[in-house]
Amino acid sequence: MAEKKLMKGNEALAEGAVRAGCRFFAGYPITPQNEIPEYMSWRLPQAGGAFVQSESEVSAINMVYGAAATGVRCMTSSSSPGMSLKQEGISYAAGADLPIFIGNVMRGGPGLGNIAGAQGDYWQATRGGGHGDYRSFVMAPNGVSEMANFPHKCYEVAFKYRIPSMVLADGIIGQMMEPVEFTNPEIDPKTLVEPDWALGTNKDRAKRIVKSYDLREGYLEVMVNERVKRYKQIEASETMYEEKMMDDAEIAIVAYGTSARVSVAAMKLAREKGLKVGLFRPITLWPFPKARLVELSKRIKKFLVVEMSLGQMVEDVQLSLNGRSEVHLHAKPGASVMTADEVYKTMDAIVKKGAKEYAAVK
Amino acid sequence: MQLLNKRPESLLDVKMHYCPGCGHGIVHRLVAEVMDELGIRERTIGVAPVGCAVFADTYFNCDMIQGPHGRGPAEATGIKRAKPGTIVFSYQGDGDLASIGMAEIVHAAIRSENITVIFINNAIYGMTGGQMAPTTLIGQKATTCVEGRTAKQAGYPIKMCEMLATIDGATYLERTTVHNAAGVIKAKNAIKKAFQNQIDGKGFSMVEVLSMCPTNWGTRLDNPSEATKYVAEGMMPVFPLGVYKDACAADKK
Amino acid sequence: MPKMEVDVDKCKGCYLCIQVCPKKCIAKSDKFSKTGYYPAMDATEGCIACLACARICPDLAVKVYK
Repeated sequence: MAEKKLMKGNEALAEGAVRAGCRFFAGYPITPQNEIPEYMSWRLPQAGGAFVQSESEVSAINMVYGAAATGVRCMTSSSSPGMSLKQEGISYAAGADLPIFIGNVMRGGPGLGNIAGAQGDYWQATRGGGHGDYRSFVMAPNGVSEMANFPHKCYEVAFKYRIPSMVLADGIIGQMMEPVEFTNPEIDPKTLVEPDWALGTNKDRAKRIVKSYDLREGYLEVMVNERVKRYKQIEASETMYEEKMMDDAEIAIVAYGTSARVSVAAMKLAREKGLKVGLFRPITLWPFPKARLVELSKRIKKFLVVEMSLGQMVEDVQLSLNGRSEVHLHAKPGASVMTADEVYKTMDAIVKKGAKEYAAVK
Repeated sequence: MQLLNKRPESLLDVKMHYCPGCGHGIVHRLVAEVMDELGIRERTIGVAPVGCAVFADTYFNCDMIQGPHGRGPAEATGIKRAKPGTIVFSYQGDGDLASIGMAEIVHAAIRSENITVIFINNAIYGMTGGQMAPTTLIGQKATTCVEGRTAKQAGYPIKMCEMLATIDGATYLERTTVHNAAGVIKAKNAIKKAFQNQIDGKGFSMVEVLSMCPTNWGTRLDNPSEATKYVAEGMMPVFPLGVYKDACAADKK
Repeated sequence: MPKMEVDVDKCKGCYLCIQVCPKKCIAKSDKFSKTGYYPAMDATEGCIACLACARICPDLAVKVYK
């Protein structure tokens, strides 16, 4: 049996990245993700990699942009205000088809907000955040074990499709401790094949250029359309979700990360009181599991989106269902966490009292 | 008859897009000659800036990366740390390095990042059409200071070599020029030293090159070479040539 | 005898070569090149192959022979 360790979410994410082959990290301090650069500062040199504490988040993401161009598995991490600063580099990485990996531990916003966990950066993470037409592969862990094991998948997808990848957690998951099992095989970067676009020594080959621009008429369109093909492949092959008690459900909660944990408790409470509730948890936020939601809508006519934001993911659920079923919202913005009882009451109102669609219930 | 000046292998034989009399072409050639002479072309990665030299990625015959405005030293840091066996240079203009990328260049020097920076200072934003740069001289006209830069409104031109010389991590800083033949020879020697320092693992080196921008300085179209006068008479009194730091010579520990 | 040759297709008519020539032996052409410039012209008379023109040419349009 694999060893189980008690770890903090942020540390598990860092260790998971190293075990997935990460050998370069650049980052800047910001709460609540500081354990990631702290861990990397000693762990990477131990693994033969490099750590840089950069002068800013802007610089960190651009260090990662440079490192990724050499084909090395690399990482940066930050939290909300810092992620805003990183958007420049993420857009360039997307435009230059570089497989970067980002740990994003959300806190309260907008502005300086606060340092508690929140889910207000869903739009930023899934809509690009930076300028231009692009996508990032975004995974949402619901606990420390997934923090530990998602980097593996993020690198796999990032390198296979040459796309930025991200673990989108929140301050609660980053700070909590849980027993962790690293389930993926540890990757020795020396065993990885060097990508055929990586910069390095050009002794027996033509020079290579990593860039995100093409000023020639019509060429950028070709570049972007080629990327769109890869996005479609990702949507078809890499979408992930989890379902709980959906077989007989009459109403389905849609929630990710910490909200999904609360929703499990709410679901149990509701089941005790006779409501047939199931949980649909998107694991990839992009690609969003649209097709599965459409399938479920044949049977389930009421969906309740539970999120620690003013109603961001609810738009993806609405877009997916496109009027096929009712979509309700339990929103909790401002870096506070809903309770299971509050969510139960919302469901009760929807099922028994026929509350109006898309009602933001406190 | 013997040809005395062979084209460097490290510069591809393609027509460069630079305006007539622009100094970028000269400096590209110098960097390429140095790469040839030091035998490092096959392990060199160049970082192209945003600005007129954005297309440097297509001209140099080595691996190249082009990224966001001003972030060259950060990109170079990532490359060098991820692949320590490579030789990495960041090629930047004055808007790129001394304005939007000020933090990146300063902190690359603070970390004594083992990279080479080529800094082209022509006191103006070229590619965007002649706006005031952080290096624009007092009184110099630009499209965002049409009556000439005033200290009251826009402060003073930044002197990068002088500023970076205060940083312990900076190993080698020299300001050169390419407005005359003697200057070109000195500029090449400085560039060679800046690359040699990196090969020897000595840390952060930067060569500033004063250069002409005939187009945006409004030089006569029928004789772009007249722009050299502005380098000599306008820029050099404000940006004096010379070695500002040579920690190798001073036996840096 | 030393000489300098100008590749008229590469020359952009900046005349830096003319400015730096210590022997003042380089002249402007009065014929338009294909690319739309009045290029510098080859110089033989007076050339001492000092390479100043080649060193300053931004477009690698100059070849110097000895």
